[in-house]
Amino acid sequence: MSTLSDAPKQSFRLSQLIYDTRYRSITIQVIALILIVVGLGWLVNNTISNLEALGKSFSFSFLSQPAGYDINQMLIEYNNQMTHGRAALVGILNTLLVAFLGCVAATFIGVIAGVLRLSKNWVVSRLMAVYVEGFRNVPLLLWIILIFAFMSEGLPQPSDFRGSTPVASMSLSDSVAITNRGTYVPRIGFTNSLSGNEVVAAQEGATPVSSGRVDWLVIYGVLAVSLVAISFVNRSATAKQLATGIRPSTIWKNLAIFFVPLAIVLFSLGATIVQPFLKGFNFTEGVHIRNSLMALWLALSLYTGAFIAEIVRAGILAISKGQSEAASALGLRPRRTMSLVILPQAMRVIIPPLISQYLNLTKNSSLALAVGYMDVRATLGGISIAQTGRELEGIMLLGAFYLTLSLLISGGMNYYNNSTKLKER
Amino acid sequence: MNKSVLLGALTVASLSAGVAVAGTLDDVQARGTLNCGVTTGLIGFAAPDANGVWEGFDVDFCRAVAAAVLGDSTAVQFVPTTGQTRFTALASGEIDLLARNTTWTFSRDVDLKFEFVGVNYYDGQGFMVPRELGVSSAKDLDGATVCIQTGTTTELNLADYFRANNISYEPVPIETNAEGQQQYLAGACDVYTTDASGLAATRASFEAPADHVLLPEIISKEPLGPLVRHGDNEWADIARWTLNALISAEELGVTSANIAELSAGTNNPEINRLLGTEGELGAMLALSADWAKSAIMAGGNYGEIFERNIGESTPIGLARGLNAQWTEGGLIYSPPFR
Repeated sequence: MSTLSDAPKQSFRLSQLIYDTRYRSITIQVIALILIVVGLGWLVNNTISNLEALGKSFSFSFLSQPAGYDINQMLIEYNNQMTHGRAALVGILNTLLVAFLGCVAATFIGVIAGVLRLSKNWVVSRLMAVYVEGFRNVPLLLWIILIFAFMSEGLPQPSDFRGSTPVASMSLSDSVAITNRGTYVPRIGFTNSLSGNEVVAAQEGATPVSSGRVDWLVIYGVLAVSLVAISFVNRSATAKQLATGIRPSTIWKNLAIFFVPLAIVLFSLGATIVQPFLKGFNFTEGVHIRNSLMALWLALSLYTGAFIAEIVRAGILAISKGQSEAASALGLRPRRTMSLVILPQAMRVIIPPLISQYLNLTKNSSLALAVGYMDVRATLGGISIAQTGRELEGIMLLGAFYLTLSLLISGGMNYYNNSTKLKER
Repeated sequence: MNKSVLLGALTVASLSAGVAVAGTLDDVQARGTLNCGVTTGLIGFAAPDANGVWEGFDVDFCRAVAAAVLGDSTAVQFVPTTGQTRFTALASGEIDLLARNTTWTFSRDVDLKFEFVGVNYYDGQGFMVPRELGVSSAKDLDGATVCIQTGTTTELNLADYFRANNISYEPVPIETNAEGQQQYLAGACDVYTTDASGLAATRASFEAPADHVLLPEIISKEPLGPLVRHGDNEWADIARWTLNALISAEELGVTSANIAELSAGTNNPEINRLLGTEGELGAMLALSADWAKSAIMAGGNYGEIFERNIGESTPIGLARGLNAQWTEGGLIYSPPFR
C-alpha cells in the first residue's frame, strides 16, 4: 500500500532572496527602491542644510516682487514696475512664440527638403544632401551666432537710411526696412478704432491710427464664426455627396463666407496699413521683428529642418514600392502619387520621431541666451535669479516649465498620431 | 553660462556642504590657491594679457589677498563670471572671493547673503554714444536703443532713469562686455551704458576712442567692491583688512619701492603694526605677521594699483576723483591699524 505524502514543505531561507529566481527580482527591486529613496533623501536633506548654512530660505515670494528691469519684446503688457512673475510670463510667451514659429518652419523646410532629397534630379538631391549634412553636423549654437553676427554686422544701421543720399533704402516700395536691429514691416492700424483712447497720429499730418487691441478681438471673433460656417457648409456638401454621389461646388460660397464679413469689419473699423518710418534713433510704427528672434528662429528651423528632412525621407522610403507602382498604374501623376498615396502612409512612420524633434526644438530655444532673445531662461532663469539670488527656486520653476511644455507637446502629437495611425481591428 | 547657473544651483544643492560657511581660510590654505571671481574681460579691471596672465585693478586685489593668505601672489585661480553667474558662483563656493566691479547694494548685502568688504572704486553709471550722433545729454535719448548688461544694477538704474524722465528706450540685453562692445560698434545699439569706469575702459580699447563721447549725466551711485559669502566672518575680515592695508599703505606712504626698507622698522608705530614688526595683528587674523607686507608687495599700495591699471598714465585715463585718499579730498579711507 502506498501512501501519498505531501511534498516536503520547504522552509524559507534567506539565501533564497538571492538564489531563488522567484524572489530575486523582488529583492533587486526593493534594494533599488531603497537606494533611490536614500539618494533622494540625501539630496533633499543636503539642500536644506546647505540653504540653512547659507542663511537662505526657500520661498517663491520673489515672484510677487517688482522686477525692476525692462524687456524688449513683450507679447503682453509689461513694464519694469510689474512683478518677477509677470516678467517670467513675458519670457514664457516669448519662448512659446519662437518654439511655435520654429516648429512650423522646421516642418515646412523638413518636408520639402526630405521629398526633394529623393528627387531623381541629381543637382536637386545633392543640394538637399549638402543642406542636411551641413546643418545637422554643425552645432546649433554656432548657427545661431553666425546668423546673428551676419545680421548685426552685415545689415545697414537705421542711421544709414537717413540723409539726402542714404546708404541704404527700404525694400518693397518703402514698406519694409531691414536693419541690423531688426526688420520693420507694415502693420494694420485702425482709424475708427473701438478702443479709441489709444489713437495717436504717428506722423505729423497723418491720420491718427490705433493699434486697437479690442479691434483685433473683434476680427478674430468674426474669423472664427466664418470658419465655423465654412466647416458647416463643407459638412452639408459631404452629406449631399454621400446621398447623391455628386458633390456640390462649395468654393465660391466658402470664399464669400470667409471674406465678406472680414471686409465689412475691416472697412467699418477703418483698417489701414501703417508703414514704418524713421523717427529719431530708430524706425517707428510697423511691426519690429528683432534680429534676435529672426536669428534664433532661422537657426532653429534650419537646424531641426535638416533632421526632419531625414525623418521624412525615411518615412517615404519605408512605403513599399508597390504602392507607387500601383498608383502610376492607376494613372496618377507623380505629384499626386506623393500627396495622395505615399505621404499619408509615410506620416505613420514620420510622426513619432517628429515629436522628439519638436521637443528638441522647444528646449533648444533656450540657446536664445547667445543672441539676447528674452525668453523664459533669460527673464526668470537669468535676470530674476541674478537680481533676487533665488537660484534654486528659479531653476526649479524653469525645469517645471520646460517639462510641462514638453509633455503638452508630446501629448498633443501623440493624440494626432493615434488619429492617423493604422486602425487595426 | 546656462551650464554655469545650472551647475551652480546643483552645487548649492548637493556638493558644498560645510564648504559654504565656515573655514574658507582653511580651505584656501589646504588647496594652495585662491579662487577669485573676476569679469570675463574688461581692460584695466580684469583681463588676460597677451601671455594669458590676468591683470587689472580687480585682479591685483585678488593677488594681494592670495599673497596675504598664501604668501604667493600668483597662487590665484581666476574664474571669469558674467553679471548673471557671479552671485551663484560665490554662493555655491565655486569661488572664495568675488572682485568683479560689483555694486554694493542693500539687497545683495542683506537678501542675497553676501558680505561686501569695502569699496575699492566709487563709480556711477554713465552713457557712451558715438560722437556723430550729436547727442549732448542723456535726456535726448528718447527712443534710443541701449546695450545693457543683464543681471546688473545698471540694468535697474537704466529702467528707473528712463521711467523717471518719461522717455522710452529699447533695451538690447547682453551678457559680457565684449559682446556689448561688438554690438555697440556694429551700430546695433545707439548707446552703451554701464559704470563710467567700465565705459572709459571699453572706449580705451576702441580703434578710434575720440569718435565716442561719455554723456555728462552720471545717473547712479555705484560703490564697487569685493565681496565674500555671508557668515564666514574670519574670511571676510581677511579680505576687508587686506583692502584696508592697501589703502593705509598709500596713506602712510608705504610703496612697493620702499617697503623693504620700511619693514626693517620705522619710528611710525602704525607703519610698524601694518608691516608686522610691532604688535600681533597678523596672528589675530590667523595669518603670518608679514601678511600685509606680502599683500602690498604683490602689486603695490592702492594708489600704485590704481595708477598702473586705470590711472591717468594709462589709455583708460581715469582721474582719482572720488577715489583719492580722504586726505586729498577723496572718499578712500581706511580705519586705523590698531
